[in-house]
Amino acid sequence: MTDARDPDTPVGADMATVAASGAVAGGGPVLRTRARSQWWDVWDQFRSHKGAMAGAIIFLLIVLVVLIGPYVWDVDPTKTNIRARNAPMSLTAPFGTDQLGRDIFARMIEGGRVSLAVGMTAMLLSLFLGTLVGVLAGYFRRLDGVLMRLTDLFLALPLLPLLLVMVLLFREPLTAAFGIEMGIFILIVSAIGITSWMQTARIVRGDVLALKEREFVLAARATGTPPRRIVTRHILPNIMSPIMVSATLGIATAIITESALSFLGLGFPPDFPTWGRLLNDGVPYLELYPGRAFWPGMAISLVVLSINYVGDGLRDALDPRIRGR
Amino acid sequence: MNTKSALLCAAASFVLAPMAYADGHEGERGRDGQLNIIYWQAPSTLNPFLSGGTKDIEAASLIVEPLARFDETGQIQPWLVDEIPTIENGGFSEDLTQITWKITPGILWSDGTPFTSADVKFTYEYCTHPEGGCAQGAKFEPVASVETPDELTVVVNFKEPTPYPYTAFVGGESPILQAAQFADCLGAAASTCTDQNFGPIGTGPFVVDEFRTNDVISLSANPNFRDASKPAFQTVNFKGGGDADAAGRAVMQTGEFDYAWNLQLAPDVIAAMEAGGLGKPVVGFGPLVERIELNHTNPDPALGPDERSVVRPHPFLQDPAVYRALSMAIDRPLLVEIGYGQAGRVTCNLVPAPEAFNSTSMSCDTQDIEGAKAMLEEAGWVDSNGDGVREKDGVELRMLYQTSTNAVRQDFQALIKEWWEEIGFAVELRNIDASVFFGGDAGSPDTFQKFYADVEMYANTFNGTDPQSYLASQLCNRIPNPDNQWQGENIPRFCMQEYDDLLAELSRTGDLAERQRIAKELNDMYIMNGGQIPLVHRGRLSAHANSLGGIKLNVWDSELWNIADWYRIGE
Amino acid sequence: MLTFTIRRLFFAIPTLLFIALVIFMLLELAPGDPMANVPLTVPPEVKEQMRQALGLGEPAPIRFWKWIVQFFWIEPLNIFDALFGTSFAEGKLRIISWQNRAPVFIAIAERIPQTLWVVGTAYIVAILIAIPVGIYSAYRQYSVFDQAGTFVTMVGFSVPPFFSGVLVIIIFAVQLKWFPSIYDTTHVVDGWDAFVFQIRQMFLPVMVLALQITSQLSRFMRASMLDNLDQDYVRTARAKGLQERAVVLVHVLRNSMIPVVTVIALGVPQVFGGAIITEQVFKVNGIGQLLITAIQANDLPMVQTVTFIIAVLIVLFNLIADILYGILDPRIRYD
Repeated sequence: MTDARDPDTPVGADMATVAASGAVAGGGPVLRTRARSQWWDVWDQFRSHKGAMAGAIIFLLIVLVVLIGPYVWDVDPTKTNIRARNAPMSLTAPFGTDQLGRDIFARMIEGGRVSLAVGMTAMLLSLFLGTLVGVLAGYFRRLDGVLMRLTDLFLALPLLPLLLVMVLLFREPLTAAFGIEMGIFILIVSAIGITSWMQTARIVRGDVLALKEREFVLAARATGTPPRRIVTRHILPNIMSPIMVSATLGIATAIITESALSFLGLGFPPDFPTWGRLLNDGVPYLELYPGRAFWPGMAISLVVLSINYVGDGLRDALDPRIRGR
Repeated sequence: MNTKSALLCAAASFVLAPMAYADGHEGERGRDGQLNIIYWQAPSTLNPFLSGGTKDIEAASLIVEPLARFDETGQIQPWLVDEIPTIENGGFSEDLTQITWKITPGILWSDGTPFTSADVKFTYEYCTHPEGGCAQGAKFEPVASVETPDELTVVVNFKEPTPYPYTAFVGGESPILQAAQFADCLGAAASTCTDQNFGPIGTGPFVVDEFRTNDVISLSANPNFRDASKPAFQTVNFKGGGDADAAGRAVMQTGEFDYAWNLQLAPDVIAAMEAGGLGKPVVGFGPLVERIELNHTNPDPALGPDERSVVRPHPFLQDPAVYRALSMAIDRPLLVEIGYGQAGRVTCNLVPAPEAFNSTSMSCDTQDIEGAKAMLEEAGWVDSNGDGVREKDGVELRMLYQTSTNAVRQDFQALIKEWWEEIGFAVELRNIDASVFFGGDAGSPDTFQKFYADVEMYANTFNGTDPQSYLASQLCNRIPNPDNQWQGENIPRFCMQEYDDLLAELSRTGDLAERQRIAKELNDMYIMNGGQIPLVHRGRLSAHANSLGGIKLNVWDSELWNIADWYRIGE
Repeated sequence: MLTFTIRRLFFAIPTLLFIALVIFMLLELAPGDPMANVPLTVPPEVKEQMRQALGLGEPAPIRFWKWIVQFFWIEPLNIFDALFGTSFAEGKLRIISWQNRAPVFIAIAERIPQTLWVVGTAYIVAILIAIPVGIYSAYRQYSVFDQAGTFVTMVGFSVPPFFSGVLVIIIFAVQLKWFPSIYDTTHVVDGWDAFVFQIRQMFLPVMVLALQITSQLSRFMRASMLDNLDQDYVRTARAKGLQERAVVLVHVLRNSMIPVVTVIALGVPQVFGGAIITEQVFKVNGIGQLLITAIQANDLPMVQTVTFIIAVLIVLFNLIADILYGILDPRIRYD
């Protein structure tokens, strides 16, 4: 996931990447000169935030289970076992089995890989687009009209037909070019990213509109700081908190949207478990086998909660006024 | 009110079960208050000629009625006429070209005017108007003209000898509209008649009070209904929308509704709902079959969009060893148990019902993985390069298996994929949104007509009780292809001269026993030659409250066909 | 500000026309067919005739032009007729839905009451809960209240309504039998008892929806408050001896409202647009359900009209949000 970090990514998206990977080193090109000491400060502050540390640990744990899980728990998630249908929790199947006797734990691990990857990448994409559009529109008055009308357009588009069109146009070329899994992954991530950046853009723009009239921005401008520097140096750090909130909400939305897409047959092939799909499949069995819906539901909530706390901690850590308090 | 009274009713029917049937049966019209029906697909119009949807046809069947209906056993019953015209009673001419219906005297429309043969003739004109886009046009296709010698006699002339004449004006799909009400709605004007389409005047047991499209219909008892003691219910609240899960729950668990239509739910979910104790499921079997169609053309993407559906044959699917092995590897009883429970049966046939047309010459209720392997082995399909996939002459058994998006179908896909991979196939799964899959959009590559896959799974059925037109859909000239803009029902592109010849013989035969024999032979010929792999004979499962009596689930006509006879038990 | 508003309103017209065109082309491109829901037993020739009767035989540009004329001229005439009893629109073809061949505005008019009742109430309830919760959580950051609030809101947001809706139905309708599971759209509120029934049938959908909206709003509110609480002006305000209550509720709150106003304003068109999944789960059958059934049935005139009305509302409320920015923060200038 660190591949997504290219030098032009705004700090906002970058921070989330940092949060996601749990790594602390690295950063935007502008900050590189004094990066070392500043990032150590950030890390110290972050470490002192109990909620953030707990969130980071839980999140890393989930990522770890999902990544190395298949090597430890080598049950095939698509293998049906008719004799052991709807089995309760046991040693052979820690989370029980589903209506075809497939091991739910193995499916959760498999599904987690897809859901986390989709959720994180789609969230980053939408955050990147939203922040970019929002900052450009808020800061450069000439772009405001065009970009905000573009935002209106995207907000107004009906999501489902848009996705149908995207799948129709790009499914075959993408799966041909990248193989079925990677092709659909790219398709879904871009579909979710492209249809969910608008709110972030509006919020960021609103904040930027207010910020750019502030004294420190005016001062920076007066001393001849180029716009690019003003944005990355003075504006972005000050709009971190709405971006962080968007990020935490965005990851949940992305995971759930993916489930809706798969449910409609627009997403991954049907034998491909994802958390959203597992939750969806479990809902009719809510009374009979509550675990079916409980496990994926809890996994999604845990990821969202932990990322939320990491985001909280990170926001505090990045705020020089709080840091050192 | 609903929950409480339903609970009381449930309690009452439990305690008073033996005597419950004694009362409630007879009495004056409207004695049982309100009836609540829920259809999880909401009706969008009450004019069945403008929408072919089952939900619309069934909702309309409370209001408008045909001349004759099919009962729950598939037998034709006179409805607005004195008797069913046959060759024996002289109502159906010896040369099979003319049928005469005698309307029962004294039937009134709900507005009090008499029901006459002119209304029947008008209905024919309404549906056959070239600009009207009538959804039931096929019912009137064989009809040359409709004559009305007097007010109570309707004579239908056919274009050619028609051994089975009970299509026009028979069954819920072709009810009679009132000529006076729809006179200005012919052809293109159909769209301007919102009031008429949303509130047709009928001869049925109920009249529309309020219609909200795709939401709810409020109805009340027809004051001019022909039987003074019916219907037992004064009002009907016909709610639409949501999903099957919620509809079943509202009837069997919370008791908010009395009747829920077509609950396509997993068997254990139904069982759990039934444990709620307020209602029970009812099942009926029509000719609906869940099947896997085998492509008879080569769907290789390298061939280009048009050739993909034209070039014959398929690289391996026409090899009898291959399609028989595919069928043998399937455990049908398990599919029934997992997907449909009491609403499913094992079948090997294209035509599983009516019973007289159900061929018994084949059996397929045991899975035989080893036999399937041996059969492939014998035919020369072996895995020589050790990748787990059999091949012969450089052709590998790799298939794309597509279907529409639906929980049960995805379960079936997972199971069948596993069985097929066990006998040495490689299977890739794909599911497509139903509105795209079943939509006829010629621009989309994913429709079931285009069939750009090796095998695909869906369900199909036919209307009424005669399978001739259904069997005729598998003729060579019904193959969908680019030249006919994909208009054709022969989805697997099956083509066989013997089949075409035998079908021609069927269409000339009037004798019922002989028709049944030929139809069975056609069925066997089709299956034996690899047209498709039938999986499950699917029934219709609906649920009704324990307090609701008189229900006879009918799959040959509207489910609500006898709603005039429904009543509240006990109370 | 006035010239700005007028200019924006003027620019809204080409924007909206462009949006209408994009929606139309999108729907044209999307695969699907209005005959998809017609049973397979209806032969293809008949389906083709039905398509012709819907006007699908005409080329796309003509259909788009007809829709524009109908939407901007014939439908307003119809509304005028309905209000004043005139008959200017008589004999002119209105926008006809492909599902039932009836004017789409009849269906939309039927749907608005229940959508406003349920989604609108949920929205107001959510705002009323979210803003105080957000303020207090930020003011007492990391207190027990804040932690509990964070937990509930994040779980609330990460649980999709197709799950939480069914869950509350099973708990409150099936097990406890406190509330109905199916919304009665024909219910008329004409007295106290009827009102109580209305509240009861609205309770579950409003609860599910309000939880979602509250989660989102209170997160933004809290974050925005936190940003402002340690600004210099807050210190100044405290230093000059203002009451704590005044500092937080007047100075900080006003400056924190900018992102929240955006979120609230952006949400209003969605109130009219209905809540697709929640409406479906509770059978509220509002605009959201109308849109989703129209999409599933490939009823293009209906989808086009409903999405376009939502687009108009979005453009309008974005403008309102922009005006509100100016009021909340006088430093923001648009001219």
